[in-house]
Amino acid sequence: MNVVLIDSGGANIGSVRYALERLGVEAPLTADADLIRGADRVILPGVGAAGAAMAMLRDRGLVEVIRGLQQPLLGICLGMQLLFEASEEGGVPCLGLLPGKVTRMRGGEGIRIPHMGWNALTPLAPHPLLDGIDAGAQAYFVHGYCVPVTTDTLATCTHGQTFAAVVGRGNRFGAQFHPERSAGTGARLLRNFLSERLA
Amino acid sequence: MLSRRIIPCLDVRDGRVVKGVRFRDHVDMGDIVALARRYRDEGADELVFYDITASPEGRVADRGWVERVARALDIPFCVAGGIRSVEDARRILHAGADKISINTPALERPALISELAEAFGEQCVVVGIDSLLDPDGEWRVRQYTGDPSRTQALARRTLDWVIAAQQRGAGEIVLNCMGSDGVREGYDLEQLKEVRALCSVPLVASGGAGTAAHFEAVFRDADVDGALAASVFHSGAIAIPTLKRQLAAAGIPVRPVD
Repeated sequence: MNVVLIDSGGANIGSVRYALERLGVEAPLTADADLIRGADRVILPGVGAAGAAMAMLRDRGLVEVIRGLQQPLLGICLGMQLLFEASEEGGVPCLGLLPGKVTRMRGGEGIRIPHMGWNALTPLAPHPLLDGIDAGAQAYFVHGYCVPVTTDTLATCTHGQTFAAVVGRGNRFGAQFHPERSAGTGARLLRNFLSERLA
Repeated sequence: MLSRRIIPCLDVRDGRVVKGVRFRDHVDMGDIVALARRYRDEGADELVFYDITASPEGRVADRGWVERVARALDIPFCVAGGIRSVEDARRILHAGADKISINTPALERPALISELAEAFGEQCVVVGIDSLLDPDGEWRVRQYTGDPSRTQALARRTLDWVIAAQQRGAGEIVLNCMGSDGVREGYDLEQLKEVRALCSVPLVASGGAGTAAHFEAVFRDADVDGALAASVFHSGAIAIPTLKRQLAAAGIPVRPVD
């Protein structure tokens, strides 16, 4: 299987590549439109701020490339947020592949922002992307913005508020947590994304 | 519900894990990747690698071992040691670290915190604070703590620095209470509680873990997000699976061992 990671300029996107290596998949990190279009699976990782990441994708001519992808696409963390219409972070328009807007998380008594650490997933319905991931399985999150629960939400997580932890519509998927840093649960999600059942 | 994190800290010198008592007399504990894997398998939630000689020697942590760790580990890890610029941080993050922790360089030039937060996001930026109680009853920060011959007391009050670091963009604070470090008599709950009251970002307690009850106390009484320890894990005095079961039984949310 031909898997590529979109080079969105984030600082530590190498760790997603290592996670795929551990699953026996060599995935190049690339900004090459043809390589991305020709892949069987495309992953959009992302760490940093929404505005900077969208500017980078625009500069590299990748916005329309990503919008046109028909094969399974997985956004991770900020990469998932970029799939939506817009983000409150810097008030920037995003890729608009999924309906909804990214909002700032609200802190509060005992609720520290950024949401940093291991938290439980609640799958909403069976889905091939969530095979083997049971209710209560924990994943590693690091984020200060989130996507509200919509009809595209496959699993939720709660930190002060309940938000979308895994999303999917058609061939477009996203994980708010970091599968590459979520031990067995994360490896399972990545394996599911690479599975033939998904496409 | 967010789990409380158990964080083994691996002090690194010359590519090996070492441990000393009260920052002195380091002894070899083993290979970095082997120890990292062991802790991951035992259920550590995160690891911190602290290159203890990088800052005193005026160099950045070596990216070679950072990359080896990043390839092997599927839990998050943070690297500390000698990071004094955006470029230094970029090299460590590109090598695969999830977070970088700064201590002495942030004290020398607090603007470094905001530069790193702007470049990589606050979630990547951990500010480590070494703090000691002075005879006048104030906690104050120390710098160059990796090298006892160069360790300096500063006029800066720990509580003031906790506030300033957050204003600059620290995404997490690790408070190392030097008075309790290495002696295994428990975390400095009094100091951690005071810092917690001023800290709206995640707070990690460091220094003093000796028994499972110490972890329970620091989560329950000081409401910290994570507890860091080194020697009790390296020596096997505390096994992480047992510790997590004990915390769970006490009603403290922890991630079950995979």
